[in-house]
Amino acid sequence: MDILQVLADATRSAIGPVAAVYALAAIGLNMHFGYTGLLNFGQVGFMLVGGYGVAVSVSTFGLPLGVGFLIGIASAVALALVLGLPTLRLRADYLAITTIAVAEVARLIYRAEFLRDITGGVYGLQSFSTAFYQWNPFPSGTYGFGWLSFSARDLWVMTVTWGLVLVGSAVMWLLIHSPWGRVIKGIREDEDAVRSLGKNVFVYKMQSLIIGGVFGALAGAMLVVNQQTITPDQFMPQVTFYLWAILLLGGAGRTLGPVLGSVVMWFLLSVTDSVLRQLIATDVITFIASSEIGGVRHALVGVALLVLIIFRPQGLIGNRKEMLINVK
Amino acid sequence: MRRRLVTVLLAVVTAILVTPAVAVADTQGGETLNGQIRKPETVAGIDITVFQGDEEIGTATTDSEGRWEVALPGPGNYRVVLDEESVPDEFVVADQPGAEHADVNVRPGQQRTVIFVLAYADEASTEPSPSQSSDDADDGAGAAASDTEDGLAAPGVSSNASFGTKAIQLTVAGLLYGLIIAISAVGLSLIFGTTKLTNFAHGDMVTFGALMALLVSGMTLFAGLHTAVTNLLADVWLLGPVLGFVTRPMVLGTVVAVLLGAALGAFLERFIWRPLRKRNVALIQMFIVSIGLAMVLRHVLMVAFGSNRMSYPDFQLQAMLRLGPIAITPRDLVLMILSVLVLVGVAALLQFTRVGKAMRAVSDNRDLAESSGINVDRVTLYVWTLGGALTALGGVFYGLNQIVHWQMGFHLLLLMFAAVILGGLGTAYGAMVGGLIIGLVAQLSTLWFPSQLMNAWALGLMIIMLLVRPQGILGRRERVG
Repeated sequence: MDILQVLADATRSAIGPVAAVYALAAIGLNMHFGYTGLLNFGQVGFMLVGGYGVAVSVSTFGLPLGVGFLIGIASAVALALVLGLPTLRLRADYLAITTIAVAEVARLIYRAEFLRDITGGVYGLQSFSTAFYQWNPFPSGTYGFGWLSFSARDLWVMTVTWGLVLVGSAVMWLLIHSPWGRVIKGIREDEDAVRSLGKNVFVYKMQSLIIGGVFGALAGAMLVVNQQTITPDQFMPQVTFYLWAILLLGGAGRTLGPVLGSVVMWFLLSVTDSVLRQLIATDVITFIASSEIGGVRHALVGVALLVLIIFRPQGLIGNRKEMLINVK
Repeated sequence: MRRRLVTVLLAVVTAILVTPAVAVADTQGGETLNGQIRKPETVAGIDITVFQGDEEIGTATTDSEGRWEVALPGPGNYRVVLDEESVPDEFVVADQPGAEHADVNVRPGQQRTVIFVLAYADEASTEPSPSQSSDDADDGAGAAASDTEDGLAAPGVSSNASFGTKAIQLTVAGLLYGLIIAISAVGLSLIFGTTKLTNFAHGDMVTFGALMALLVSGMTLFAGLHTAVTNLLADVWLLGPVLGFVTRPMVLGTVVAVLLGAALGAFLERFIWRPLRKRNVALIQMFIVSIGLAMVLRHVLMVAFGSNRMSYPDFQLQAMLRLGPIAITPRDLVLMILSVLVLVGVAALLQFTRVGKAMRAVSDNRDLAESSGINVDRVTLYVWTLGGALTALGGVFYGLNQIVHWQMGFHLLLLMFAAVILGGLGTAYGAMVGGLIIGLVAQLSTLWFPSQLMNAWALGLMIIMLLVRPQGILGRRERVG
């Protein structure tokens, strides 16, 4: 087995754009769950509307890419309102069920045949991100050293996405250390106490849902810009569960929790992936076909979720006391 | 390398829906969709894709004679799309019947022909030639004489069945769908009632049941037993046919699957949920545990059984029965009757037996039940056992009605949630009522709206319900916020 190769691949995926995209989406989820205590299981829905906001406005309507990003963000705000209005007054598990359902409904609508002219149906859309790559300031060539090198294109995507992650984390830190953030954390600890202080809990929850959703939409937009294509079926509920695993691994309720979680998670996923692949190639493992590695990986994420939440709910850098919240 | 990551990620996510279109090689001459593009001349190399609901079933490319064929996993409604990109430049797809047939109904065992017509690009607006009017002869869902001629090519598409017949057929399909949802959702609702746990792994318990039945009914041991019994008792009056039926691999498989489902439910409660409750793990965390559990269960089943669509070997080829305006296969009729019996049985159990009363008591108020001498832990174990058995049964019924697939349970899960919320979280009867409504809404919505969106309507109904009456139809009015 080629350990060095495995580690090199894992490092590249840990700092690659996909890890950055997941970190960005998990920052939004951290706003929802880590700080406000909202059980959002439809974060992928925000990614979906964000990605399609960019793709549809550029590819179908020929608008500039910047406008596309704005439309993506606007769609996320709209989705947050749709989600929040019926459920934010109810018990937390209603929100969980509704979010997962709405994310699925959104996926079904975006892939539906009658919207084929706009969203491209099941085939999705392509060629909407040319403008993004034209802005690339790096002259073409390879950057880095030895095994850790990226093309100019990758470097540009990584710079922008990790830049967004940095800005997002900073914004989140400032928000949480503001009076607004104290109310939000108060809602997580004891909603009734906050209500008795005269705060409109519903409005605060809605604001939190919108802010987290916008981060999700940005992540979705960067995801599709990076891929240069979008298809509805890449936004399955599993993506949300990945985000939850990332958040819980890093530590919910911490500014850098989702970022650390994403880096570590993608490193581990890549390692297991390559190790499994090599073991199968050398016939050490015979009961798993190489086409089933994806399934094994999903199962491992499930195990990680189970073990983490039972034995270390605060994740790598979280505060255990902050995570002992309960649904009332 | 980064590209590979993206590809891997994409593959993982898309592989879930776009499972390899390896159609079941059905030795009994299973359902297919086929056709020949020969108007105005035979054209090779045109791609035709078949979808069911959201999922791609298969793709075919026309051969040198313009023929194509896609094997189907089972009867049902399909959508056939001709890829207009693949049509050579000198042709265009004629407006009638167009490049897509939205609702092609395939009956069990039918090899159905779907007609696509091309036109020369310079005369794009050709009128449909008379031969297409033969579409009307067979309305797919309705009363055409060719219904029982399974295996014969019946030309045409079903989109022009009369509204009334379609409505009746869809009501029947919706009732069956709703009954299946109800059976599976009763357990979910009872579990929520007794433990306040929203069990996300419930859908995968459905898959577990369906796959276990598939495993058992495929065992040669049981097939051998069946032949032995039928041979031995062939001449015995009454007992022979009855035992012959009971030992059919599918029937035995269902029984074993239900027992295994009950065992799985009891196992999960005894070795996961009870220890977690004893550790005072918060509900929110239990909820996430159930999601993790669902992912593990689902993908272990996928790795073990593969990601192909499968169908039970038994009860596939059946002629339609006609009861007045209703056409239904005996299999679906039996499924409906059995479902009603099971639901009535569960209701009787809850209403009249000691353990059923205890279940309702715990569901109503756990602390009060405990202080009045009910062994809450034991009742919870019974609830999980009952829930596991019912979900496994629901899974087998769903698999018989549609297909067996490692993701079937997850698709059903969202509908079960919708049913439970609609009827009232925590009430067993609410889940039954909600299930029926959800099934009917989902099926009947296809009368007016594309069938791709049928689940979206069901979920939309749930959201509306949350807005106007969050406690559900049968739920008690209480503060849930």
